[in-house]
Amino acid sequence: MNRGDIFIIMGGSGCGKTTLLRHMIGLNRPQQGYIHFGECNYWQSDEPQQAAVKRRFGVMFQGGALWSSLTLAENVGLPLHEYTDLNPEEIEAVVSFKLALVGLAGYEDFYPAQLSGGMKKRASLARAIALDPEILFFDEPGSGLDPFSAKRLDDLILELRDSLGMTIIVVSHEPASILTIGNNSVFLDDEKRTIIESGNPSILLKQAAEPKVRAFLNRGEYEHTG
Amino acid sequence: MMNQISPENSTAIGFDLSEPATLRIVLSGPWILRNRLPSTALVMEQLDTRRGLQSVSFDSSGITVWDTGLLVFLSRLLQHCTERNLTVDRSSLPEGVRALLNLAAAVPEVGQSSAPGHRAGTLEHIGNFTLQSGVGLRHGLKFTGEVILSFIRLLRGKAQFRPADLFLIIEQTGPNALPVVSLVSYLVGLILAYMGAAQLERVGAEIYIADLVAIGMVREIAALMTGVIMAGRTGAAFAAEIGTMNVNEEIDAFRILGISVIDFLVMPRVLALVLMIPLLTLYSGLVGIAAGMTVAVLVFDFSMFEYYQQTIRALDLTQFGVGLFKGTAYGVVVALSGCLRGLQCGRSAQAVGQATTSAVVTGIVYIVVVASAITIVFYKLDI
Repeated sequence: MNRGDIFIIMGGSGCGKTTLLRHMIGLNRPQQGYIHFGECNYWQSDEPQQAAVKRRFGVMFQGGALWSSLTLAENVGLPLHEYTDLNPEEIEAVVSFKLALVGLAGYEDFYPAQLSGGMKKRASLARAIALDPEILFFDEPGSGLDPFSAKRLDDLILELRDSLGMTIIVVSHEPASILTIGNNSVFLDDEKRTIIESGNPSILLKQAAEPKVRAFLNRGEYEHTG
Repeated sequence: MMNQISPENSTAIGFDLSEPATLRIVLSGPWILRNRLPSTALVMEQLDTRRGLQSVSFDSSGITVWDTGLLVFLSRLLQHCTERNLTVDRSSLPEGVRALLNLAAAVPEVGQSSAPGHRAGTLEHIGNFTLQSGVGLRHGLKFTGEVILSFIRLLRGKAQFRPADLFLIIEQTGPNALPVVSLVSYLVGLILAYMGAAQLERVGAEIYIADLVAIGMVREIAALMTGVIMAGRTGAAFAAEIGTMNVNEEIDAFRILGISVIDFLVMPRVLALVLMIPLLTLYSGLVGIAAGMTVAVLVFDFSMFEYYQQTIRALDLTQFGVGLFKGTAYGVVVALSGCLRGLQCGRSAQAVGQATTSAVVTGIVYIVVVASAITIVFYKLDI
């Protein structure tokens, strides 16, 4: 993956997309292979090095994973409290801006239970970008969202990459979103248990050697020949 | 004319005042969050003190690197300019900054009226508590009525739950609770024996330790301790299980399919506990008597046979009947509390915790209430 990529990990349900993501973000240790962030081989590093690497990325989990006992302001502000020297007033300003960025201005005092699914996802994104990470991971960002919310989230992902130069890695099985935002991708196959295609999704839609990949990006429609 | 506020090699703000109606804000250096950024108060002071000021523009050519620090700074500044009706020319800000500022302003801030509740005063708290107590009592009575109706359906063979569920819950509530019931009952038996011996020794009536422990354990303490253990162990588990199902919308799925939650989830739990708690109470009483025997034999030199004979003389079926009746009543109370709190659980992890705590507290409080009521009734009936 290159800096500034929006890299898609795609494939059908159960092919291991989220498992791969969990390995990449350091939640699962791989049985084989390695994960490099720049010069750092993550699983060969000691704990302080791993912690330093983790501080460089943000993660938006599939269900939002907001802390239910904290307000949105506290959810977004906690990483800032932990990892910066900002005073409470500055943290409040940053939190308000991040929430505004994801379209949740004024929701600082709400608890996650008071929000809709889409709002929870956006709040989770605000928390993920609280520390201006270099790398942003998304696990199924559009799942469970209406088309407008999904489109807004896609626009936001593009804007974060274009404006802040973040590298973004997205686990997704939604062709519309993949083709809109992705400029690089891998396709995981649940039968072969490996990557069977890689490249720009828009190019794969037309030119992938594997018919399954073309069909996947074409919403399950196999091309009719003859 | 140029006013420089910070040193040149760090984050800096300058003001170009060459045009009287326009304040040109010159930003330079690294504008990143981990650096201590200049306060917006410096700029706002300029905006507030300049007479005839109509617009604000920026020169950002000196910015070397930026992140949220610059965005937050500009966001607050722009808000202040809007409040003062000043025109802002953003054209010379970096493109990414403009895009993100536009994005942040795209969705209007939610109105205060839709923000969650205000801080209630003392009187409001008292009023709310009173109203909620009434509602809670009504819900409790309704729930109890539903369980009774479900039990009637069960007797008619119309209630629907899986026997496998019942056996699993019986295993969890009965055999799996034996270790903790054994430990607590044995220790309570020891305490009772020592406490009784200390008093009976004064009048040379140590042999009546057996009567004290046997009647105390079998009639009252075995049922009470088993009830409290069940409240902390099984009632809490019921609330957590059903509460988590509520969070995962499993309860809604039952309701949508027209399956009675009371029949399917509550009845097997109530039945399991009602079937198991008399056995546990009986077991607890016997373990307590064994503990009393340990003290009598090892400390006060009675023979096991003497203690056994004295215990048999002290106990009759009424004592066992009273103990088992109380234990069963406590079991019903604990099962109902656990299931009710689980069904009332909200839709968050925190709510599951609250439901669990509430189930334990409710269970123990109602055990004491029921114990008091039964004791008074039995006294009046001379049982």
